[in-house]
Formats: sequence, structure tokens, C-alpha cells
Amino acid sequence: MAPLDDLYREIILDHYRSPRNRGELATPPAHRVEGFNPLCGDEITLYLELADDRLVDIKMTGRGCSISQASASLMGATVKGKALVDVRAALERFRQLMTVTETRLDEGAEAEPPDVRSLGELAALAGVVKFPVRIKCALLAWTTLAQGLDEASGH
Amino acid sequence: MTSFNPARVRADVPLFHRAVHGRPLVYLDSASSTLPPRAVIEAMDRYYEYRHANVHRGVYLTAEEATADYEGARAAVARFINAPGGAEEIVFTKNTTESFNLLARSWGASRLAPGDVVVVTEMEHHANVVPWFQLRDSHGIEVRFIPVGDDYRLDLTHVDRLLEGAKLLSVTGMSNVLGTRNDLAALARLAHDHGALIAVDGAQSVAHGTTDVVRDGIDFLAFSGHKMLGPTGIGVFWTRRELLESMPPFLGGGGMIADVRTDGFTPANGVARFEAGTPPIAEAVGLHAAVRYLEGLGRDAVEAHERALTRDALERLECTFAGRVRVIGPRDVIDRGGVLSLDVDGVHPHDVAQVLDQHGVCVRPGHHCAKPLMRRFGLAATARASFGPYSLTRDTDTLIEGLGHALALFA
Repeated sequence: MAPLDDLYREIILDHYRSPRNRGELATPPAHRVEGFNPLCGDEITLYLELADDRLVDIKMTGRGCSISQASASLMGATVKGKALVDVRAALERFRQLMTVTETRLDEGAEAEPPDVRSLGELAALAGVVKFPVRIKCALLAWTTLAQGLDEASGH
Repeated sequence: MTSFNPARVRADVPLFHRAVHGRPLVYLDSASSTLPPRAVIEAMDRYYEYRHANVHRGVYLTAEEATADYEGARAAVARFINAPGGAEEIVFTKNTTESFNLLARSWGASRLAPGDVVVVTEMEHHANVVPWFQLRDSHGIEVRFIPVGDDYRLDLTHVDRLLEGAKLLSVTGMSNVLGTRNDLAALARLAHDHGALIAVDGAQSVAHGTTDVVRDGIDFLAFSGHKMLGPTGIGVFWTRRELLESMPPFLGGGGMIADVRTDGFTPANGVARFEAGTPPIAEAVGLHAAVRYLEGLGRDAVEAHERALTRDALERLECTFAGRVRVIGPRDVIDRGGVLSLDVDGVHPHDVAQVLDQHGVCVRPGHHCAKPLMRRFGLAATARASFGPYSLTRDTDTLIEGLGHALALFA
């Protein structure tokens, strides 16, 4: 198992202590979506304002552990103002980052570290995958965002 | 008089020989699952290496031996809980949850009519809540909750009204979150006075004191092997023989029939009716070994040991952290088991548990499958430390050291 510092990077602790984009947006025009982690009771509510195929604004409320809250905060900072196509691409990249590959579970065998250069600050969460139980914490905001985008664009 | 020695119990548990993160294992998660002693593991190994065969079928020697092992385990469990009708009242299931589903789907579905009332409590595990809600949805029964007071104990102020017209009171022997032990004998009298039966969730209580269904006047009992030093994959459902005989089968398949024709089937008599398919044979052997091991320790001695650990931990948590670590449960150790649900100031239970892991300390973060109770106290989750017969005061030392680290990291 990896050392604790791999999980609790300074950027993560910073986003946990001072979360970005906290608050609510008026609905409508914003779309409101809730996510729950049934295993630990963490919850998040996202407010997504979409216009011209862009995510023009995002706000969030909720409670949870440092990983789920920091991941949500980092997500908001990453996707706010982006074209929806880029938001979905970021979502997909993050999901891949949080995937446990078979080799990683094999004792002694280390998989190639993922290329995190395109992820910016989000790369701070790359260590979470070494703590498989915490992956669902990191993913909560992102799966909620995916659901919200689907709902808001009428899927 | 037994000579109970927790250090000797620890030496009997192979997992304590393992280091985690280069540190000794500090296992404080016995409320989730207890660690099996070597006697349990070896009994199962011996069974697989020397006797394994399917039960109740073959007439060859190993099949007879396996059947004797399996039925012998039933007899041991009957003695363990003082079942008045003996082995014929012990049904082996997968776990406590399956035992409650058996109770709800068999007894409940056949005996309860729309409008009938089942009373549970706010401190129940979901295993003793969800099956009743399912029965509410399918059979129109009513589910009522006895509330939990600010003292973390059942609030019986309005219990007479709640039990009015009830057919069943289903209650835990000990809360897996609060550590609160319920007075089962008193609750059984209350239930019976109102014409209701009483079912007990013994998952948390069976390994941490004596369970006696006759002394307490219990009608149904459910518990799991892996929470009493035994293996996973086996649970127990007990009820008095006359009740058991009136209950229809729950799961259908091989082993539970007297006859199957092209136009239908006739269920078997006795406990076989409730054990469809090949049962957990090796697990029954392991459970038998666990029963003997616990009896050898002396269950009153185990309870006294865990009470002393709990008293010590409650005092030291209070004086070390002065309110920054809150224990969600009774402050005294009367009618209280060794479960300490911790709410750490400004640190999420997941993060508490993650930091503790680096100290080798195993605790359980989460809602502990007791969401009505968590909601009652306005919590999403706690970090729960729980003791077993092998726990030592030095485990509490390391717990306190780790909690200090967690507070320093996130504060």
C-alpha cells in the first residue's frame, strides 16, 4: 500500500479546506442534480448552467470526506466555462485515471503510470487509485456531473 | 472459573502475526467481522483435507462423516443459545441478513395480513428494517419504530401505544453503532403482554456475552458466524419448534423437499425445509469450532474484559481530546458493549480511518447500515472502533495516537 502522502497531496488538502464554487444557482435556468455515495453517506448537489453548448457556470453543495470534496472542487475548477464536448472529454479522462487495472492489483507488478500531463491540478488525485476503496469518493462528483449533463441535455 | 487471558487469545489468531505498513495489526473492527482463531481455521482445513463430501446424500464413509460434522455443528449451536428443542430448531443460513429475510418472507408473509404491525427500533441494522419494508410493499403491513433517546438508549415512553396491535417486535440485542445493549427479557415481556412475538438480531451480541433464548423469552433469533470468531458464509436462524413447523419454505430447490412431481412439490419436514441446496458444510464445521472456542474462553469473562476496555477507552478519549473526539453512544458501561462510534471534529470518518490505517489501526468508517439511526443523530457517518476478546489496552493507545495524527493533518 502506498504512503499516505500519495493520497493527501497538498492540493487536495487545500481544495478540501477551501472548496471552490460552493453555493447554489437559481433553477431554472440552472439544472440541479444530486449524487449519493450509498456506502458512506456522502452527498453532493450540483447546479449546472448550460448555454450554447457550454457549461457556463457550476456551483455545488454537499458533505463528504476530503477526497470527495476536493475532487468536486477540482472538478468545478476544471470544467467551469468549458465547451460541453471538452467537459465530457475531461470526464472520460478522469474516469480512466480512476480505473484499477488488473496489473495494479497483482502483487509486485506496477502498471505504467498514467499520463497525467493533460490533467493539470487534477493530477493530484492520481494517487487515489492506489487506495481502491476511496475511488468511489473521488468519482462521486464526476458521476453526478455526467448524470446532470445527460438530464440537462434531454437524454 | 475460567482463566481468561486476552494475550493468549491474540496468540491464537494467525492474522495478528501479520504486520501492516510495517506496524503491528491493531484490529478494532470486530463489530464488522471478528478474526478467527487457529482452531476455527484448522477445523475447516481438516474437514476439506480429510472428510469433504456432500451431506445427507452419499452412504460412503466420508459422506457419513461430513453429515455427522454438519449435524454436530447444529447441536453445538443449539447448546450455545440454549435452544429448548435442541438441534431441530437451528436453521443454517448465509448470514444474519438472510435469517431476517427468512423470518419476513416465511413467517411474515404467511402470518401477517394488511394492516398488521411489525415494530422495530431506530437503532436497527438495515437487515432488520428493509425486509419489513419489503413486506409492507408486498403485503401491506405497517412498520413502526421505537425511537432512540438522547441517552442513546431506546425511548420506551410511548412503547405501549407503538405495540398496540403489533404481531412482532424485532429488536437488536446490541446496536452495531452505539454499543447499546437492550434488555431483551424486559422487551420480550412487553411484546408478549401485547400479544406480539419477539425477534432478536443477535449479530452483535452473541460473541460478547451469553445468549439464552429461554432465559430471555425470545421467539426468533438471528446471528452470523463471522461475528463470533467463526467463518463467513454461515448464519443461524432459530425459533421454537412449533413455530418453525408452521412456517412455509423460503428458498426452493434441492434438499428442502419431501417429494417433487410434475404437478408440484411437497416440502420436507423440520429444518431441512429451510436449507435448499448444498449447505455451508465447512462453515458449519468452523462455526462449531468457534462455539467451542468461545465457550472455552467463558462468555462472561469475554464480556467483562470488553467492558473494562470500553471503560478505559471512553475515559482516555475524553481526557486526551477534550471533546474534539465525540463518542456516539452511552458514556457509562452498564448495558453497553465494546463499540465506539467516533465523530472527530472537522475530520470526515473516511479520512479518520485512512490515517488510522497508516498506524495499523483497522476501524470502520460509514453509516454502518444503520441510516435511520445516523439520521436521528444528524450524522452522515462515523468512524467506528470495536473490541473483541483478543483486544488489548495497547490497541487503544495506538487508536489515540492515530486520532491525534488525523486531527493534526486536517485541522
